Formats: sequence, C-alpha cells, structure tokens
Amino acid sequence: MVKLLAISPAQGLGLPLAIGAAHLSEVDPGPVTSIAPFRGQEAALSRALGGAALPSPGRVQRMNEGRLVWSGPGRAILVGVPVPEGLSELAAVVEQGDGLACLRLEGLAAREVLARLVPIDLRDGAFPEGATARTLLNHLAVTLIRIEPRAYEIFAMRSMARTLVHELDEAMRRVAARQGAV
Amino acid sequence: MRVANKGLTQGARVIPFTFDGRGYSGLEGDTLASALLGEGVRLVGRSFKYHRPRGVLSAGSEEPNALVTVEGVPNTRATVQEIWDGMAARSQNAWPRLELDALGVNDLLAPFLGAGFYYKTFMWPRPFWERVYEPFIRRAAGLGHLSGKADGAPFEKAWAFCDLLVIGAGPAGLMAALAAGRAGADVILADEGSRMGGRLLAETDPVDGRAPHLWAESVLAELAAMPNVRLMPRTAVTGVYDGGTYGALERVGLHGRARADLPQECFWRIVARRAVLAAGAIERPLAFPDNDRPGIMLAGAVRAYLNRWGVVAGPRVAVYGNNDDAHRTARDLAQAGLKVAALIDMRGEARVEGAAYPVLTGARVTGTSGRLGLRSIRVDGLGGPRELEVDCLAVSGGWTPSVHLTCHLGAKPVWDDRLQAFRPRDGAVPGMVVAGSAAGRLTTAACLADGLRAAAEVLGDLGRTVPPMELPAAEDAPHAVAPFTVGEGSRQFVDFQNDVTVKDIRLSAQEGFQSVEHMKRYTTLGMATDQGKTANLPAMAVLAEALGSPVAATGTTTFRPPFVPVPIAALGAGGQGAGFAPQRFTTSHEASVQRGAAMTEAGLWYRPSYFPRPGEATWRQACDREVDMVRHAVGVCDVSTLGKIDIQGPDAAAFLDFVYANTFSTLPRGKVRYGLMLREDGFVMDDGTTARLGDRHYLMTTTTAAAAQVMRHLDFVAQVLRPDLDVQVLSVTEQWAQFSVAGPWSRELLQSVVDADLSDAALPYMGCAEVEVMGVRGRVFRISFSGERAFEVAVPARHGAALWRLLVAQAESLGGGPYGLEALNVLRIEKGFITHAEIHGRTTAFDIGMERMVSKAKDCVGWAASRRPGLLEEDREQLVGLRPVARSGQLTAGAHLYGRDAAATRVNGQGYVTSVCWSPSFDTSLGLGFLKGGRARHGEVVRLVDAMRSVETLCEVTDPVFLDPEGGRMRG
Amino acid sequence: MRVTCPYCGERDRREFTIQGDDTSLRRPGRDAGAEAWHAHVHLRDNPAGRLREMWYHDPCGAWIVVERDTVTHAVHGSVPAREAAR
Repeated sequence: MVKLLAISPAQGLGLPLAIGAAHLSEVDPGPVTSIAPFRGQEAALSRALGGAALPSPGRVQRMNEGRLVWSGPGRAILVGVPVPEGLSELAAVVEQGDGLACLRLEGLAAREVLARLVPIDLRDGAFPEGATARTLLNHLAVTLIRIEPRAYEIFAMRSMARTLVHELDEAMRRVAARQGAV
Repeated sequence: MRVANKGLTQGARVIPFTFDGRGYSGLEGDTLASALLGEGVRLVGRSFKYHRPRGVLSAGSEEPNALVTVEGVPNTRATVQEIWDGMAARSQNAWPRLELDALGVNDLLAPFLGAGFYYKTFMWPRPFWERVYEPFIRRAAGLGHLSGKADGAPFEKAWAFCDLLVIGAGPAGLMAALAAGRAGADVILADEGSRMGGRLLAETDPVDGRAPHLWAESVLAELAAMPNVRLMPRTAVTGVYDGGTYGALERVGLHGRARADLPQECFWRIVARRAVLAAGAIERPLAFPDNDRPGIMLAGAVRAYLNRWGVVAGPRVAVYGNNDDAHRTARDLAQAGLKVAALIDMRGEARVEGAAYPVLTGARVTGTSGRLGLRSIRVDGLGGPRELEVDCLAVSGGWTPSVHLTCHLGAKPVWDDRLQAFRPRDGAVPGMVVAGSAAGRLTTAACLADGLRAAAEVLGDLGRTVPPMELPAAEDAPHAVAPFTVGEGSRQFVDFQNDVTVKDIRLSAQEGFQSVEHMKRYTTLGMATDQGKTANLPAMAVLAEALGSPVAATGTTTFRPPFVPVPIAALGAGGQGAGFAPQRFTTSHEASVQRGAAMTEAGLWYRPSYFPRPGEATWRQACDREVDMVRHAVGVCDVSTLGKIDIQGPDAAAFLDFVYANTFSTLPRGKVRYGLMLREDGFVMDDGTTARLGDRHYLMTTTTAAAAQVMRHLDFVAQVLRPDLDVQVLSVTEQWAQFSVAGPWSRELLQSVVDADLSDAALPYMGCAEVEVMGVRGRVFRISFSGERAFEVAVPARHGAALWRLLVAQAESLGGGPYGLEALNVLRIEKGFITHAEIHGRTTAFDIGMERMVSKAKDCVGWAASRRPGLLEEDREQLVGLRPVARSGQLTAGAHLYGRDAAATRVNGQGYVTSVCWSPSFDTSLGLGFLKGGRARHGEVVRLVDAMRSVETLCEVTDPVFLDPEGGRMRG
Repeated sequence: MRVTCPYCGERDRREFTIQGDDTSLRRPGRDAGAEAWHAHVHLRDNPAGRLREMWYHDPCGAWIVVERDTVTHAVHGSVPAREAAR
C-alpha cells in the first residue's frame, strides 16, 4: 500500500552541526497545536486541559506530558502531545506543527552565537530557563525557548529552514573563530 | 628611534612588516606609527590638497595625517593599526613615491587653491568640465584608493545588554567600572585601545605609589575575574541613540593576518540602562607658520610614544605650548636621557622649577624648516629671534574634552573658560554621566575621584550601593591653559587632513560665511575622516577672533555618529549574498530543481517559472506547451505560497463580513467564495477565496505578495477596529502544502490519490471538503485560476514533497505534467482573472467591474470611502481586454493607450496595459489593461504605445474574459 | 529606539511596524458622511510633543498604542490596542 512519506523541515541541510563550543541539531517537537480560547472560555479550557492554565507572556507551562508555550496575546501552543478532544467549542484549535522547523542550539557558546542574531536580552535575569520569546533572528520571526542553562530551542517557519541553518552556521563560525585567535 | 629602557613593549617579540615595499621591524604591541617612529621613519603621507609631506601627529584615533593603506584597506590610521607578522602597509596620495610626489607642485599653487576655490574655478570653458576637469579632479580627490575587490574576510554584528556601559578605560573609567563591578552590576567596559588603561599607559607620574600602568593592570585583573563584568578592548563606542542604545565598533581580526571566518570588525548594538562616559580629552595643536612638518607632534603623543612604546621621532626635541601640561613632556624626555633643545611656553607668566633644559617663556615659534622632515624651528622671544635645530617639536594648545557622544542626541556642549574649551552639558544624554577629563577634570587624582563619583550616581539609579573604596594616591598638579591665539604668517594649518589654514577660516568670515556651520562647509574644516577632532576648537577660536566675538558665542557644529569611521561592511554584516533576505522554499522545490525547472523569485519565495522538456530551447516553447497541457490534459502547480489564514470563533462570520466587501455570513458550509478586500480609503487591497469549513470556522486565502500585509490587517481589524468580535485569526500558510490540479483530466488524477467522492454532484464547483489523501488528513477545494476544471489539494507540509511527486507522476501518465508561473499567468490572462498587476493599489472595485460585490447592506473596511463620487465616475479607467488587430501585433505591459488617431501625448492618454501574454489558445498576443470608460468601448480600436521599447500596436478593446465566458469548462 | 510591547517587554524598534497616529481607534460609522471619512482617512495632526501611535509588534502579532514624544524621542508607555479601543 503506497503511503505518503513525511520529510522533516531541516532534512538535507547538513545537521547536526558542531562548530567550536556550539552544537546545532534538528528536533522533532511532536505535535504542535495553537490554542486560543474564545471570550470567557479560559476557565473551561483550563479544565479541559487537565487543570493547566495558559501561560502568561514569555513563559512555558510544563504539563504531565507536553508543555504549553506562550505564543501571542491570548494564545499558546501545546507542544509534544496531541490536543485533547472536545476543545473546538472553547477555543480556536489550529495545527501548526507542519509549518515549523524546530532546531536545538546548545553549548558553552550558544548564548554568544544567539547574540549575533537575536536582538533581545539573553542574560540569566532577563531570559532564564523556562522563558520563551517571540522575536527576530536576523530577518526571521522565531519563537525562542531556553530549555536548559546552555540550550535553546528555536522555532521558525518551515519554508525558511535553510536560511535559519545558514544564519546559525555563520554565527557559530564567527564565534568559534574568535576562540582560535591570538 | 628607540629609546633605551623605555616603553611597555620592552622585550616583546620582534615583528617584521613592510611600508612602501621596504622591510622594517617593530615589537609586539607597536602600532604602525610607533614602529615607524622607532625605525626613524617620520614621513608617512602627503596631505590632501597641497600634497605637503606629513608625519604622525598623534597617538590615537584622532590622527589626521598618518593615513595609510594596509593590506588593501585605505585610510587606515597608522596610530591605531597594530603591526603583525608580514603586514604590508603603503602610503597614500603620492606618486611616484612619498619622497618625490609629482603633485607636490600644488603647494606652490597654494594662493590659488584656498578655501572654496572650486566655487570660483573649473567653469570655463564649459566643455572642459566633463572631459578635462572632472576626470582630473576624480583622480586627484581622496586620500586612499579602493582595491575594487570584494571584501576578503567577513564582518559581523552583535547585540549586548548591560546595566552599565563604561566608555573609556582610563583612570576615570577604571574606577567607575571597578566600583560598579564590585557592587554587582552587569558592566561592560569598552575602550578603543588594544590595551586598556588610557593615559595611564602614557604617563610616568605614580598612581597608588607604583607606575600607573601597573595600577591599571591590577584593576583590570580584578575586573577580568568578575563574571558580571565584560571587558571589550579595541572597541570604540561610535554613537549614542535613543533609549539607552549605543553603537560600538570592535576591531576583531585587524591585528593579525586574515583568517577564514574571523571577522575583521564587529558592529555592536549595546543596550545599557546607564552609561558613564570616560572618553578622555583630545589634545589640540597650535597654529604657527609651517606647523605641519613631519616630526611636529602633539606633546601628549610624544609622551605616549616615549613612555608606552619607548620611541621618539628623533634625538633632539623641543616642546612648545600654552599650558602647564606641556611641561611634563619636557620633563619625561629629559629624564629618559634625551636632548631637550628648549621648553617654549607662550605665556609670559609661566614658571618652571628645576628644569635641566632651556626654558623660554613669553616666546612663540614663528617658522620651521625641513621639507621631508623637521630640521629646525625659529623662535621669537624676549632675547630676540633664534633658530633651534630639532628633529621633533612637541606641541600643545591644551586638551579638549571629548564631548562628541554627549551631543549625538542634539544637545550642545557648554563653554568652560578654565579649560578654554567646550565640555559636556549636564543631562545631555538621558542616563549618561560624564567623568574624568571628558568632563574637564585635568589631574589624575581628579579623574580617579570623578570615576568613583559617577559610579555612585548611576549605581543609585540601578538600585545598588557603592562598596567602600579607597582612592589611590595620584598627581594633582594645577593645570592652567592660555586662550588660543594666532600670530602672523601664512601656512598655519588648522585642519591637517583637509589642508585648511588660518587664512582660509579668515577668508570664510570675510566672504560672509560667518556661522560656524557655514565656515565648516565653505572651508571643509572638520569634514575629513578625522571629523576635525584636533581642528575644531582652534578653528572656532580663529573664527571668533575674526568676527570679534567670544568663542562661546561662536559655538560648535553638530556632532553626529559615528565617532570613528565605520565600514559599511560592518553596518551591513550578515546581509551579503544569501544573508540579504530570507529565502523561502516550497516542499516541491527540490523536485522542481531536479526536473530542471527555471526558478524565479516571487517575493522571498522561489517558484518554478517553467519546466523545460528536452528539445525546448526557449521559455516560450515550454510555457506554450504547459498552457496547452493544462487546457487539454492536466497540469500540477505548487500554490503553497499563497497566504492561508485560519479564522474561527462565534463571530467569525461577522468578522469576514467586515473585512470583505462582499458577504460571507451567507456562505454555506462546504463552499468557497471569491472575496474582495478594500483599504479604508476605498481602493482594493487584495483578493482571494475563503472557504467555510464549519459553522464557526473559515479558511481565507490571499495572494502570495500580500500575505503578510493581510495578516497584519486582519490582526488590526480584530484588535483595533472590531475588538467587540469574538474571533481568532492565525496564519497557516506554512502548515499546508497545497497544489493546483487543473485540466480536463483533473478529476481523474485527483481521484487516484484522494479517498472521497470528487464527482460533480459530491463536490460541485466552488465547494470544499476534508478528505483523506493517501491516508493523510487533507483538504480539497474546487476552485480554478486557469479556467479549466480544477481542484486544489492540501496536505500537512511534511507530506508535500511526496504528494507533489506523486501528482506529477500521475499527471504524466495522463499526458500532462507540472506547470510553472509563466503558464499560470497565461492561463489566467486568457480567463480575464486579475492579479496585483491589476489591483495595484490605485484601482477600485468599480474599476475592475466588481462594484456590485461591495454589499450595501453592511459596513466593511473601505465602504464609506469607496462610495465617493470620484471613485464611481463612468469615465474612470476600467478593466478591459486587448487584442492586437494584426495577429503579429506586439503588446507590452506598461504601455499606454491612446485613441487610434490621437498623438501619443500625456493629455491624450486613455489608459495603460497591466498584463500581457502570448496566448497559445488564441494564437495571438492578449492583454489586460485599464481604459477610460472601457466597459462601453468594446469593439473600438485603440493605439498601444510603448515609447521605452518602441512598440506601437493597434488593438481591439474586448471583454477581459477571452476564454469560455460562460465558465462551462470550470463547472461539471 | 526601544519600545515596550505590553506582552513581550522592551524591544528594539526593528521588531515593530508603525502605522501612524491612533486615529484608527475613532472609526466613524458607515454613514457618517464624506467629510468625516475624509478627515479619518486623510487628515492627521502632527504635534511637536506627545503623540499616541498605532504600532504592531510583528513577532507576537499584538497591535499596541504607544505614546511617545516626537521632540525628545522619549517613549511614555504602551497599552494593547484592545484596551485603548474601549
């Protein structure tokens, strides 16, 4: 029986990439679904999600399985698990997983690499573990999540995966080259 | 020459380099300037206009003379460039060589080449301008020359954030950074120099009982160990911007041989809650006849070269100044065992204790000799005129606080009589405090204390307390300076880089260019790459004297970023080549490229133009075949790039009724409708189709070009215009790969991959359904942009690549195949379907024949303005079709339309052509355009005129829908 | 220039699209007449001083009203457009 094969967004782009003290790889985040509650349905939605409230701006809400990542005013994306049944009356539920390329940047140099591309404050106080930001990575709109002290997840549009890898590759090489300089 | 036992570079590694092809050597830590001085080289360049021999004047980035080309990079300051193994530097602006420059003759023509001479010359005879004068001026202009090659090594840009940015790592900056660092603030300490310490590296007066550089080293060691402090040497803060944002240029790879991936420079954007400006002061020279010879240097620079780098320009030095600081140069030189011919102080009342060299007070230097290098000076004093044989004259007119950064937001500095200079105005930059000699403190002790005071002030704002700190002991000698005065004589240079003299400034005042801004532009003083750092204040003093007013009233010109030159490559780092803009690729991209498709850019997307088959030599052959293929068999086209927006909620229907000119609340579930969107001024913004997937669930499509703009607009409507509506809007353009399957065999093809009934009864024209596609959840829309029976099938993007290949394979089995944008465009023109070529922002629903789509039963964006009488006048340019009268007639988009026998003039203009194609279906060219009152003129013949491409064609005006006006091919 | 998105915090100006002053918050009714609509679509005050403007934070999709001073460039805060519209 013929099946339609699935291709990941960064397939064929040369990942994983290890340059200097930074490492870039593609991750499969699992299902990614946008959930935006209709007016007055926040409480009902929370109950339907097993008691999890939508995260406040810039935060990630860990659940038993999966996590809710703030994705804009009045909405969040559920990452890692499919959306439970019965939400369609309470919220706009929209699949987003196929439209996103998800990369993981980690290492001692990860923050220095991001500093070349991302115009936000990445210091520990401003962007701790568990924080997320919707911002720009050079020209691309991205969702940035600090998942560990030295590891970040970057979500960008699937169609721009090649540009995303190119930008990070260049930045990784620039940072690594300084380490080797006299 | 090198001075024994002097310099912080003693014992460092020897570094060979070349200058104008000759081999020299210096020590690690030398700049090109200090290394050349150490090797006895005083002549390093020729001046801009007069080609006068010039040497190193200063020891910093304010250098006006010693501009050289290093490894092909022109106008590099030798006082900043660090030498590295095998570095090749060349002098500039001299031919055939530095010692013998043909254009040195300009100096003899000086009487004719004064300020503004070009406003009075090069005018006659007129034909000479383009053929003789301009080419000559172009060759002679400028100092360095570009290599013409692309940049070798890369540049980069980066962001940094901190609580406190300390600008300058001299005594004031080091104290401020130390206090703030100990208080736990996030500090960035930036300094232009390769080594931090500022003037502490150039002086001998002890700090904390030790050599000043050792005290600096101990502070830097403590700062380097603090995790909350970031040291940024070789980093010049170039500009102050709103909101606590600073620009800075870091020299990353310029002090070594170029290496792959190592940036030459990095342009930083630093966001700081507070800043301390401790950028120091810049010494100013004095004006006297022939004050620009190689070997005449700033007195503070002579100390720096002696104490930090252990070199002097020559064994016999005289010192000339109008202030107490110059005395330290004479003292340091004598202590190093060098011959000080004299210390000449202009001030009659000056007193020097215990000098081991002649001191002449109330004396002036009245002339110098030594064309390629200083040989002697003439001094006029109490004992009468005398000549002194010297190789170097150390000159000091006083120190000017570096106010530049404090003026970047528009504030003007304030005059300080004690300094005889301008100093920063309090509060000039919100959040910035000035400390040290930048604030006019003249002694080391005062600078140290001021740095601590500044830190205390900003730490308070940051909610932190200054830790208890002791100020180290340091020199605190009084410093007085006399006002800047000028004596008699010519060739008294003020701006060395642009060759502007005292006489030029006086001429400017005489000719009526009396405001300092006019004087600057008339004389070009301060307009060279050094931005007049050593020239501005003396110039203002000369101008003030010429006008008979105080300097304070004359004022300064406007200070603008950048403080030092910033290469455009640094500002544009990351933007070259593929970095210029994101590239967007569809899921079918790889397969299209493998098939040899010619790809074209549609905004940021890459889309196939056409798919040439073997034997097809031109794009037209491929395009014609693809059109035929769609009309008679079946074609597959990737349409994923069109914007797709998911709209859900209790008020989704009402939302669409407000956004679209026509009505969508009446659209039944499972149906698709064409929609027209207006701007608030009544003109058409975009068109597209919207499908109703559920009672409260719609899916909108937009054109590729307008997708982002429409998304922003929908957010605007939902949040600003109609926040009363309960609706959620989200882009799903990337979520779905979507393909058009068009042609008589489209249903058969699609039925082979879709598990659902696609018969006309089950899925009529303009219907939609959720279906299974090869076991994957997908959607089908029965819409047509080609005019043939057609469907669009969508699957989640991960399956896009596979589905495309499958659809194309199936299509080929039916005698069809893939088609690209060229064929897509021909197909839609044959059907009279519009794109943004027609809805280009100045057309209305009325113009395109769709005014009935604007429902009168409801409000919508643009409704009121679209009813303006002027937008509904009958003789407006209306959408028409155009067909050449002669089959071979050529049509071009952009051509204008005129009456058949009317002259092609602007007043006779009747309209214009927006889209054209060769139509294989009709074996003729076809076009769409806009013609005054066009709907009533079908059958008339008009003349198409394209003056740019010399095309003139008689055309018949027709209905824009050429093919199948009833639409039967799309239905059934 | 730094502008605060009420959701995302202080960000660089490059993350925003500026539409113009906040006239959009006072959209006339459909039948308010030609003069009212002409003023709404075409006429704007241009004060030397404080101004309220519509800004769009592109990465998060929020429309906000920013108050800033056109002379001093000081930014005096921002609110979501939804709140300002009420």
